[in-house]
Amino acid sequence: MSEYRPPLEDIEFTLHHVADLPAVAKLDGFQHLDPDTVSGILSEAGRFFSEVIAPLNRIGDQQGSVLDENGQVRTPDGFKEAYRKFVEAGWAGAHIPEEYGGGGLPYTVGIVLQEMFKSANMAFSLCPLLTQAAIEALIQHGSEEQRELYLEKLVTGEWAGTMCLTEPHAGSDVGALSTKAVRQDDGTYRITGTKIFITWGDQDLTENIIHLVLARTPGAAPGTKGISMFVVPKYLVNPDGTLGERNDIKIVSLEHKLGIHASPTCVVSFGDSGEGAVGYLIGEEQSGMRYMFTMMNSARIGVGVEGLAITERVYQQSVAYALERVQGREVGAPPTQSTPIVRHPDVRRMLMTMRAYREALRGLLYLTARYLDEERHADTPEERKQAGEMVALLTPITKAWSTDVGVEMASLGIQVHGGVGYIEETGAAQHYRDVRIAPIYEGTNGIQAIDLVMRKLPMGGGEVVERLIAQIDETAAELRQSPALEDFAACLDDGVEAVSEAVDILLSRLQGSPNDALAGATPFLRLFGTVIGGWLLGKAALAAQRQLAAGSGDSPFLEAKIATARFYGEQILPSALGLVDSVKATSEVLFAIPDADLAR
Amino acid sequence: MQVVVCVKQIPDPSGTYTLDPETHFLVRPDEQVLDDTDRYGVEMGLQIAQAHGGSVTLVSMGPKGSMQGIRQALAMGADRAVVVDDADLKGSDALTTAQVLAAAIQRTGFDLVITGTESTDGYSGVVPQMLAELLDVPALTYATEVEARDGKVTINRQTSAGYDVVEASLPAVVSVTAGVVEPRYPTFKGIMDAKKKEVEELTASDLGVDTSLRQRVTAVEPAPEREAGVKIEDDGEAHLKVVELLQQKKVI
Repeated sequence: MSEYRPPLEDIEFTLHHVADLPAVAKLDGFQHLDPDTVSGILSEAGRFFSEVIAPLNRIGDQQGSVLDENGQVRTPDGFKEAYRKFVEAGWAGAHIPEEYGGGGLPYTVGIVLQEMFKSANMAFSLCPLLTQAAIEALIQHGSEEQRELYLEKLVTGEWAGTMCLTEPHAGSDVGALSTKAVRQDDGTYRITGTKIFITWGDQDLTENIIHLVLARTPGAAPGTKGISMFVVPKYLVNPDGTLGERNDIKIVSLEHKLGIHASPTCVVSFGDSGEGAVGYLIGEEQSGMRYMFTMMNSARIGVGVEGLAITERVYQQSVAYALERVQGREVGAPPTQSTPIVRHPDVRRMLMTMRAYREALRGLLYLTARYLDEERHADTPEERKQAGEMVALLTPITKAWSTDVGVEMASLGIQVHGGVGYIEETGAAQHYRDVRIAPIYEGTNGIQAIDLVMRKLPMGGGEVVERLIAQIDETAAELRQSPALEDFAACLDDGVEAVSEAVDILLSRLQGSPNDALAGATPFLRLFGTVIGGWLLGKAALAAQRQLAAGSGDSPFLEAKIATARFYGEQILPSALGLVDSVKATSEVLFAIPDADLAR
Repeated sequence: MQVVVCVKQIPDPSGTYTLDPETHFLVRPDEQVLDDTDRYGVEMGLQIAQAHGGSVTLVSMGPKGSMQGIRQALAMGADRAVVVDDADLKGSDALTTAQVLAAAIQRTGFDLVITGTESTDGYSGVVPQMLAELLDVPALTYATEVEARDGKVTINRQTSAGYDVVEASLPAVVSVTAGVVEPRYPTFKGIMDAKKKEVEELTASDLGVDTSLRQRVTAVEPAPEREAGVKIEDDGEAHLKVVELLQQKKVI
């Protein structure tokens, strides 16, 4: 077991030099954000998450949330108290706009709070993450009255929110859902149906829960077009804001999961014992899917943060273990002397892999967050449009690449520990079990790859992806000027070439042979993610070099930034370049064996 | 009730320390943090001020740097701060430190001064008592509980056997132990408000303190390696040896 230490130095460096926080601080509404204030916020938040939230990670895993005999979900010991402190300290709404009672931080800083919460305790962090999504839906699509009634307490965290989408036969294909919503004379609706996989669908942390439910009105169009979105509170809220009657919402059971045990995954039944649960329409009927999409980017980025957060956590734990664990002899050591395993090249390779990925992921996540801020706050409509396109392009990569890597790094974290890593006491296994959900929920990584290839690459006739590639090229050119990073630059150049080639192939296939494009989607996403990661490490290395040349900053830290980029160039980038051949291959071999023969 | 809390900025204890090879003094980075043990004093001060009405003023001596540590204490809720930063005070001994703090506190005015028992970087542990002497008020030290009301302060003073109840009239100096109260976490709003709070910066000459008295560190040696523990083989009588050992160490 190890403690979580917020990596403030790397966080602040990445914020400033990769995500360009100073540019965010120039946007309308964020001018109060001087570097000292950001530093102060992050160090205090870091202390809170490491001291209050992180110690509950293990007990959360062991006890899990449970459903008691009264149909009420009980969270593990200590969660209630910690959540109360979280709300009191005002962290819940820190990056909600001030006009809705939030702290008015940009998402570029808010995402760091998310990262620290998730590193400290991924299962716990999902409760505020879902609330966040509900807040966004209400801000963007709720009526004046609904915002008045629900927002304030959701923003403070006194109430929580959920997203009720999935049904037994409507998962990735959400259009197949069958929960019913019938309009009443008073304008409210009655909701009946069963939802599954409802994250934090019930809990004992907050006095009320605001469920956002997707359902179908009578006669609605089939598929996603006919879906509407409803507010369905656990306790009905009186016009004066006080709590009224208990709504007809029943928690049928909790799932037994591989990980995130503290996060109750509920089967929720609406309208089980009467005419239906009381629901209030958000916006217009049959527009629910469109509303979902407006929340989707930030929700997917939020899950992408989990890949980064767990990579950070397992890196810290693995380094601590490798420095301490004495086993075997390093080359050249006297025969009687055993050495800490950190001295073995292969262990070193594993640690450096985690280190390089955590910094590449951090760069990608924070950069995407910056584009999200610019999409909402940039001065001109053109700037906002361009930033929005970058968010759209990067979101599937942010979600899928980050979480795939997160799972791999958690696995590597176990490997560094050897046999004891497979034993629960070390805590290494929990991270692996916890993060394994991240490639699945909020749109599987396969769906992210399809989204990237089918929807995002063709944006602007390929112009958006070209714009991103041009930025990578620019950094590569700058890297070529630096003798210490020449080899890295060459590798990044190869990466850019591979991505460009793959993009051309995929775009041409979208017309005539979409199945071939789909077959290449996942290898392409991996290739693109890896090259973007290299680009961002390159940017960080260049910034480190500039600081070293100017004699400012902490030189061991800056030199480590450069070494980490070089490692990525030698060990990680080359392994991804071959994926261009996988993209080139068609779907033919995938279907070479007839369906029936797959079982043989 | 005007409460003054003495606080100190120190290098982040989770980082590495360096000593100046010439003077053997601690090299202080620009970014220093609030000494963790000071959080108890700040919390105590806030609770007393909130219960009886009044304000909390922080008084600190040392290189101000980025003021991060002071802002941390302000973010908890203290109203204002006075920071004495003067190159001439580098390497001051405990007495000079106490004189500077006393002068700054005198200037601010006070009913109650709260300090920690000792700083985490210097560990001299004598400043609170000197401070009381210089301010000519009672010193109530090692408090594990504090109550201040009706012109009086009552504390539980930690002793090796338990605690003494000590009472004095205000004004007074109280030094509090870690754990006297649970320090609050600064709220997001508190952090944002902290940067708007008043921080007065003073020098030794502003306070009229003589800085000529210095301490000199003549030598520094690394702490001795920890010795191996004692192994007691159990021959049936081991428990007696364990008891004896614990008695020697005055644990039982």
